[in-house]
Amino acid sequence: MTENLKRTHLYQWHVDHGGRMVPFAGWEMPVQYPSGPIQEHHTTRQIAGLFDIDHMGQVEVRGPQAEAFVNQMVTWDVTQMKMLEAHYAIFCYADGGCVDDLFIYKLPDPDDGVYYFLAINASNRQKDVAWLKAHAGAYDVTVKDISDETYMLAFQGPQAPAILNRLVEADLNQAARFTAVQTTLLGDIPVLLGRTGYTGEDGFELFLPAEKALKAWEGILKAGEAEGVKPIGLAARDSLRFEACMPLYGHEIDAQTSPIEARLGFALNLDKDFYGRDALLKQKLEGPAKVLVGFEMVERGVAREHYPVFKDGQQIGHVTSGMFAPTLDRYLGMAYVPAEFAAIGSEIDILIRNKPIKARVIKRPFYVPAYRR
Amino acid sequence: MNIPSDLKYTPNDEWIRVEGNTGVVGITDFAQDQLSDIVYVEIVVSVGDMVNKGDACATLESVKAAADVYMPVSGKIIAINEALPDTPEVVNSDPYGNAWMVKVEMSNPGELNDLLDAAAYEKHVQEKSG
Repeated sequence: MTENLKRTHLYQWHVDHGGRMVPFAGWEMPVQYPSGPIQEHHTTRQIAGLFDIDHMGQVEVRGPQAEAFVNQMVTWDVTQMKMLEAHYAIFCYADGGCVDDLFIYKLPDPDDGVYYFLAINASNRQKDVAWLKAHAGAYDVTVKDISDETYMLAFQGPQAPAILNRLVEADLNQAARFTAVQTTLLGDIPVLLGRTGYTGEDGFELFLPAEKALKAWEGILKAGEAEGVKPIGLAARDSLRFEACMPLYGHEIDAQTSPIEARLGFALNLDKDFYGRDALLKQKLEGPAKVLVGFEMVERGVAREHYPVFKDGQQIGHVTSGMFAPTLDRYLGMAYVPAEFAAIGSEIDILIRNKPIKARVIKRPFYVPAYRR
Repeated sequence: MNIPSDLKYTPNDEWIRVEGNTGVVGITDFAQDQLSDIVYVEIVVSVGDMVNKGDACATLESVKAAADVYMPVSGKIIAINEALPDTPEVVNSDPYGNAWMVKVEMSNPGELNDLLDAAAYEKHVQEKSG
């Protein structure tokens, strides 16, 4: 079963420390450690957690026309980004469906002044790289998949910045949310840090040379040992992002779903041209037929991905993600429904094991990220 | 892995504690560990129900998945653990004690002979964990 799955440089560490390894997007990744996903979730919210997310992909776009090319491919206006800024965006198809969501880093380049570093989803890596290369022909750019040589970690939680600050040369107190820092970690590891994340907590995502992964991982865990920093698996990563209502590709967004339907307006700049813009502009003006909503269970039950959403006995949509939300101590979900049922307070039914169970549309995000409070 | 010697087991990781003609049913330590953190319990039978061996008596939801619990024997439900739905984490912390799910008055105690004893269940778990 596992023979075709890829393993990160930390695979053996995870196994040695009780990590439960599961297939995810072609990789064998730790879904949890012995303390369990609920405790890992709370550790991240209350202290800090370290995540092996090397399955994620990274792409460099360099060359004299890197900015013009990237700007044509993503929903955000990268010409407005400052140097060392990080911004969330989407690659869209011409019809407005999502190829992938990504983080864009605008970084200095010795030859061209600027280059773009893109962090993309593991499950979409080959598709994204092919998509970029297929559209790069008219531009003087080089698109390079650097996922194999780049290791990605995330260190998230209220204490993460102070702990990490002890281990790097730069002063991370100067790093605002959604900015990047190029510095040295643990004396000799060149690292790109983004003050970004997928948990709703403050913290950083780290990009470093793959051969330094174990040193960085163990060094951060040791530095945070006294505070109670722990390694965190994919299950808690999912519940953390879910509470913050951050989309997961294949769930809230996919090729059949637009960023407008997914309510990702903060990732869009419709005043500039980009691939998919015309379709999105039209959808924005006409209003999307379906929209993503958050809901809580009114009657007892756990909504899960793909469960049908009903209203007055008719199916009106489906659940994209649903689970017990550990911080909020409630059973919550996200679903696509027609716009007319999307208002806060709207009563819907979730079909759970063939029984309609009452739910109610509530405000998103369920958990307001710490850095927005 | 805790596998008490005084219980009988199913290959599907339920246990039954026999007290006279009554059986108390729950899921094993191995099962709770495999499921990971339990966040939801629904007992799907009521006191007085007649159930057959293999019928679902409870549904559990862990962080990632749902799982049904099946009756190891046939009979009449004489009690359900009404506290458990409000404290699903007890399935993880005390699978053989406070996380019992139903009590059944057995209609065919001979069915117990089809179940696994602790040694056979331990072997079964080792094969599953492979």
